[in-house]
Amino acid sequence: MNGALPLIWRKFGERYDLDGNFCETCGTAFFPARPVCPSCRRRGKLVPKKMPKTGKIVSFTEVFTGPAGFEHETPYFIAIVELDNKARLLTQIVDSEKERVKIGAKVGKVFRKISDIDPEGPIAYGYKFKVVC
Amino acid sequence: MVGIVGYGVYVPKYRITVEEIARVWKKDGKAISAGLNVKEKAVGSFDEDACTISVEAARRALAHSGIYAANLGAVYVGSESHPYAVKPTASIVADAVGASPELTAADLEFACKAGTAGIQMCLALVESKMPAWIKYGMSIGADTAQGRPNDALEFTAASGGAAFIVGKKEDEVIAEVLDTYSYTTDTPDFWRRQHAEFPRHAGRFTGKPAYFKHVIAGANGIMKRVNMKPSDFDYAVFHQPNGKFPIRVAKQLGFEKKQIEQGLTTPLIGNTYSGSMMIGLASVLDKAKPGEKILAVSYGSGAGSDAFVLEATKNISKKRPKKTVFDMFEEKEYIDYAEYVKFRKKLKSL
Ligand SMILES: [Zn+2]
Repeated sequence: MNGALPLIWRKFGERYDLDGNFCETCGTAFFPARPVCPSCRRRGKLVPKKMPKTGKIVSFTEVFTGPAGFEHETPYFIAIVELDNKARLLTQIVDSEKERVKIGAKVGKVFRKISDIDPEGPIAYGYKFKVVC
Repeated sequence: MVGIVGYGVYVPKYRITVEEIARVWKKDGKAISAGLNVKEKAVGSFDEDACTISVEAARRALAHSGIYAANLGAVYVGSESHPYAVKPTASIVADAVGASPELTAADLEFACKAGTAGIQMCLALVESKMPAWIKYGMSIGADTAQGRPNDALEFTAASGGAAFIVGKKEDEVIAEVLDTYSYTTDTPDFWRRQHAEFPRHAGRFTGKPAYFKHVIAGANGIMKRVNMKPSDFDYAVFHQPNGKFPIRVAKQLGFEKKQIEQGLTTPLIGNTYSGSMMIGLASVLDKAKPGEKILAVSYGSGAGSDAFVLEATKNISKKRPKKTVFDMFEEKEYIDYAEYVKFRKKLKSL
């Protein structure tokens, strides 16, 4: 993460508090923020917007063989979550019993460590989601 | 009027029982559990640390108080398990909850009482004419306390935290702080050296000359200042390194069991160190009625106590959190010792 620090630092708003944006022309929310609205193009008017902190699972999978840095976290769930404003994001699902992780399940955002691989390096924090009833 | 305008508690969902820990070390779990008056302790997941716990507690405190994060003038995080030796937890927390860069922030350490030292700092800043721009201050006590495997502390060292927001608006204060008092001496009962992974303690020395001496001095000192006696209080909360010490110290001071029950949380979640007394106080605020008086005394090894006398205001009845502290404890999942070792990274190859 060291070499990518400035890049990651610029994404703190996105990672910590779901900072995205919103097209005032067509009413679509984007996460992560987009430079232009894909449907309105030049007519689009984009403004910064915080995403809602709750949504539902629209698709998920259980990971048994994690990529480097996540190999000890297995098995874990990753899911595509549709937030209450229809914006979608890919996230890890934590603190949720297997039976409760399913399509349509309501989820809420939590603040967690995303990666902490190098004991002398910086710690990356950000969003994950958990099933809420 | 200056006092508490909001509070939030976060306790990780995983629990390990004292009996499960004792099973691994072939000890008598039932006897240890009864001796400590602790049934189980809260364990942070693999991706939780004092910073993530602080953020969750802070968000709940902001939601409860209804105060905009951008109006916070100070954020302090008291912990003995700050994720970084150098790099403040407080700046991460402030950013993550959406506070404005125009604030003062710092990490504090005083074993189990740094969070209450932060409350005192917030009280002073909010009351002070300089800097006049601090309307609200937030102090958090949070830890992922580590006990050395097979050490007596392993049965109680837990994860959790609480955040308190201090303010002075008459219509916002839910518990007025009538006075605060501290008692501090150089007492080496518990410590962790730089780079050392686990703290060390002085065994029995942590009792009488350490915990009991300072908590009693703190409690008696403040009661003398405000001219009150134990029977004048509706509730009392003391730091809770285990479930026995606070009961014993309450008795020695002349408090009855019914005054301390609402604030006694360690039997169900273990000792959350910097979070311990603050979680107990939050639980008391869940129940306190307008006009009721609360004595709260923290303890930090090394050693010192911060004492507070609070009075619940009429605002408290219209501002109850959705979930009480005790309700929150019920959201739990048990893990065994192997998972505990994995979560808390006690295996060197992890
Ligand atoms: Zn558009």
